Amino acid sequence: MPAPVQRRILLAHIDEPGYTSDIDCYLRHGGYGVMKRAIARQPEELIDEVKKSGLRGRGGAGFSCGLKWTLVDRKSGKPVYLVVNADESEPGTFKDRHLIHQDPHQLIEGIMITCWANNVRQAYIYIRGEFPQGARILERAIQEAREHRFVGRNILGTAYSCDVFVHRGAGAYICGEETGLIESLEGKRPYPRIKPPYFPAVLGLYQCPTIVNNVETICHVKHIADMGGDAFARIGTPNNTGTRIYCVSGHVRRPGYYEFEVGRITLGQLLYEVCGGPRPGRTFKAVIPGGSSAKVLKFGERFRVKLREGSMAEWSVEDIPLDFDYLSACGTMGGSGGVIVMDDSVNMVEALANINAFYAHESCGQCTPCREGSLWMRKITTRMVHGGARAQDGELLQSVADQIAGRTVCAFGEACAWPTQSFVQKFGDEFRQYAETKKTAKPVTPLV
Amino acid sequence: MNLKPDTLRKIDEAITHYPVKRSAALPLLHLVQEDQGYLSDEAIEWIAARLELQPINLYELVTFYPMFRRHPIGRRHIRICRTLSCALTGGYPVFEEFRRQFGCDLNEVSADGEVTIEFVECLASCGSGPIVMIDDDLYENVDVAKARVLADKIKAEAAKRP
Repeated sequence: MPAPVQRRILLAHIDEPGYTSDIDCYLRHGGYGVMKRAIARQPEELIDEVKKSGLRGRGGAGFSCGLKWTLVDRKSGKPVYLVVNADESEPGTFKDRHLIHQDPHQLIEGIMITCWANNVRQAYIYIRGEFPQGARILERAIQEAREHRFVGRNILGTAYSCDVFVHRGAGAYICGEETGLIESLEGKRPYPRIKPPYFPAVLGLYQCPTIVNNVETICHVKHIADMGGDAFARIGTPNNTGTRIYCVSGHVRRPGYYEFEVGRITLGQLLYEVCGGPRPGRTFKAVIPGGSSAKVLKFGERFRVKLREGSMAEWSVEDIPLDFDYLSACGTMGGSGGVIVMDDSVNMVEALANINAFYAHESCGQCTPCREGSLWMRKITTRMVHGGARAQDGELLQSVADQIAGRTVCAFGEACAWPTQSFVQKFGDEFRQYAETKKTAKPVTPLV
Repeated sequence: MNLKPDTLRKIDEAITHYPVKRSAALPLLHLVQEDQGYLSDEAIEWIAARLELQPINLYELVTFYPMFRRHPIGRRHIRICRTLSCALTGGYPVFEEFRRQFGCDLNEVSADGEVTIEFVECLASCGSGPIVMIDDDLYENVDVAKARVLADKIKAEAAKRP
């Protein structure tokens, strides 16, 4: 692959000196021009553009955005709601923070185009409670947009009215799950709903058809409306179109957020060429490529993968293209684009103990396997790092994890099981060694 | 309930945002907590009445969502991210340093009432960890030395207070 060059569409103005979050700056950069053109078009045409674009959701599941919009029940006679998922709670992910803080009007323009395309009269931005500044920035930006008649009553002098409100969460990871988010927005505990029947497209907010899209996905909608679905589909790779923002954290020299065409950069290029490689004197040991729920990849492992054109290839971790399909083929996922890197200073039992503490804290408690299982996984790994490791702990952890995944209402079950399953499977020797040496946690950098 | 006029105005406004009053539960809990510092029984019952709900409908939220609290906290709220990316870059020593600086335990108010230190889950700024949030302000790449500077700043501001 050629040397990676960022293609900044969503991040075009982010970190640009002098670019501010106010509407005047946005208008000076041609802001709301795409929306003006979009509102002159038929909504169905815009839905077609999004379908043609091949855009896949950037929140974690990678579900087709066009299909999501197509599934909306438009015959029910009920209002259609748009809920923008700005909960950004998957550990390792921090793109939406920057999209919100640094270019809020790009998001609002995307929201209004989405609303017009789907005949939405009321949209909500569900923003995590830990983003108080982000909420204020969005509220100010919406007010500015209202004053310019881009939001609110009689948008741009037409008969179309649509308002947007910011709704703050209060620190619960599960609110990133779309049906949990809807419950939360209704003023309840965010217990995810069972599907079927509660597909948001049919029975969402207030039992009305609802579209829930991630911040980054909605920002893409603006650019799809601008360039057209076909042009967007030519960016990236087949079935993995457009650009996406990769968030790199942990043990690299230059962590940060970088926007590339989907699948046109490998994990090795991202970590070595873009992020500057490991810290001095260190080597890479493991990487979680799509937010902390994604299965871990071990440097040195090999993957046999069927390429799109049909031939087989053998890849190392460094060779994997960062898209949805090939990461799945390698047994993990592109998820939310949060790439967490661990070098050889890290003990994997301790890293898993850190992750397990997160999931035990965040399980909503609705389903027994997840509520009890996530807690027991935390108890076991915590005991291990405090000198109580036993030889059979790896198998025990594996067995608990296996009894969670697939047995819960929402995907949290998988999200909390996958780290344990993959860590134990790929780094089993470290789990056994931990028991043999009765190692206690006095690492280079404590993780628990 | 003795809420500030601005809080009452924001409460009235928040309720208009939703077709169903119950949806305003989280916004009202935030507004009242910001006004009062925490959510007392009286506050919860007041919100319930305002939204035509039973108090249990609010208690079940307050006991679920980590950001709501039933007790007062220190004048300054220090939140340190505990999750993996921040831990990998040194979040735990930063947490210990804040504890040492203020001599108080996790989730407790310091003896002078000045700070509460919390270890929280992912604050979504993983690329510039360790992350510390003091009140509503985010601090990035906080190592032990920077933690000391931040702690000194908090102490100096406290000393200036009449």
